[in-house]
Amino acid sequence: MSGEPLLVVRNLEAFYGPIMALRGVSLDVPAGRIVTVLGANGAGKTTLMKTISGVMDPEKGEIRFEGQNIAGAEPDRVVRSGIVHVPEGREVFPLLSVAENLRMGAFTRRDSAGIAADEELVYSYFPILKERRAQAAGTLSGGQQQMLAIGRGLMARPKLMLLDEPSLGLSPLLVSEIFHIIGRLNREQQVTMMLVEQNAKVALDAAHFGYVLELGRIVMADSAEALKQSKDIQEFFLGVRDESPRGQKRWKQRKTWR
Amino acid sequence: MLTLQLLVSGLANGCVYGLIALGFVLIYKATEAVNFAQGDFMMLGAFVALAFANDDWAGLSFWIAAPLAMIVMGVFGYLVDMAILRRMFGQSQIAVVILTIALGFVLRFAAGFVFGHEPVSLKSPMAGQEVRFGGLVLGLDEVSIIVVTVALTMLLWLVFARTRLGVAMQAASQNQLAAYYMGIPVKRIHSLTWALSGVVAAIAGILFASKGSIDPSTGLLGIKAFAASVIGGLGSLPGALIGGLIVGLIEPFASYYLAAGYSQIAPYLLLFLVLVFRPHGILAQIHAKKV
Repeated sequence: MSGEPLLVVRNLEAFYGPIMALRGVSLDVPAGRIVTVLGANGAGKTTLMKTISGVMDPEKGEIRFEGQNIAGAEPDRVVRSGIVHVPEGREVFPLLSVAENLRMGAFTRRDSAGIAADEELVYSYFPILKERRAQAAGTLSGGQQQMLAIGRGLMARPKLMLLDEPSLGLSPLLVSEIFHIIGRLNREQQVTMMLVEQNAKVALDAAHFGYVLELGRIVMADSAEALKQSKDIQEFFLGVRDESPRGQKRWKQRKTWR
Repeated sequence: MLTLQLLVSGLANGCVYGLIALGFVLIYKATEAVNFAQGDFMMLGAFVALAFANDDWAGLSFWIAAPLAMIVMGVFGYLVDMAILRRMFGQSQIAVVILTIALGFVLRFAAGFVFGHEPVSLKSPMAGQEVRFGGLVLGLDEVSIIVVTVALTMLLWLVFARTRLGVAMQAASQNQLAAYYMGIPVKRIHSLTWALSGVVAAIAGILFASKGSIDPSTGLLGIKAFAASVIGGLGSLPGALIGGLIVGLIEPFASYYLAAGYSQIAPYLLLFLVLVFRPHGILAQIHAKKV
């Protein structure tokens, strides 16, 4: 157990019907860290998340969490073991109130005192949710729904939180607010995070380590600092243009991993 | 006085429709499928109670037979979902609808095979008794149907609004994927919903059989109850009860005041009107699914 990262993924393969979405992905998420997985649309980021949380079953490969193989386990077992998935596009329960949504996040738990305490904890991170606690979740704004989705995830008392595109559809101001809170949760509540993002700038600023996923394969793995310095990341994800002395773009555009 | 008597008998009929409609709504809310065998579930529930209670079968006391029938139908509902509908998971709704229609036929023939096709009546303490309110004479069966239905609707509402399991049932129907992500065992929740609607069907069957006779084709009443649940707004528990009451009340009044034959058409005529002017029913849930 000692030395092994909290989450270990080895040679994971998954299919969407006939399409191979993950082609042998291996990665580590050490305890207490924020690890980000970058990639364009269709790279397989969401599939990776769904396969870890048990909503999709892998074809091959291993997912070890605290030394236990959880590949192919039912989602409720995965949540009980300490992994919670905050899905892309928020996915709250629209007709339930904010407080009921939060309590559904704690569905796998039985300790009502602990659940009540965690509800207060969520409200301390997201005060707006406390104001809106009796309101139907479907009537919240996009940013508030994202906060609710993260708060609902916290209610499961996860050791590992899988965050799928928390910046999706939010204004830059809200994005920085949400990422600030994600950082605080990581530091103050010791929640390990695996973060999938298209917005590479905020993701790399928040994360300690990063992977780049392309067409179902990991093509780069490095510390967030090193990735930020990488020419390819700058060009393909951060939008930094490398101007030649003649004022033209690099004429031979090749990613180093191809 | 006549109006009042028509009113009470209409209400009692309407409560039975309402209870079957509750079964439709429960399953529709949780699984987004319509169980067209709900009426046959009610018929089966009545026959199971009859098998426990009547002297030519087990001959138990009514007060033991009724809960036993509820348990049997609950288990039956759970097993139907676990053994049949879970395999249809992810198939189109049409497939599920056709499956439940077929299930209804199977139940009807099975009940006919075991219990025969002659109308029989349940040995019930409510049958033939009278209650007097001042000058008003009402059948105990009719009064108890109304009381039980109101109590059961309130109980179901409390379960859905207040208990952890009830809120989880709502959550699973509102956003199945998110329910999965939260570790809510959606498949087991679906089976429990079927069990619950089996219990409700048993109660409806016992009440129906207490005030008249039943035969295997009694389940066809389910179509009328389905109309009631659509009139009330498919997806709303109070709507189901209100729809049932409306259909139940229309019938006796239509048959008394209109020419013969109209009373059979009246509920469906109302269904047409509701679908044209309020397509989502009288108590539609006011929400459109966000894309």
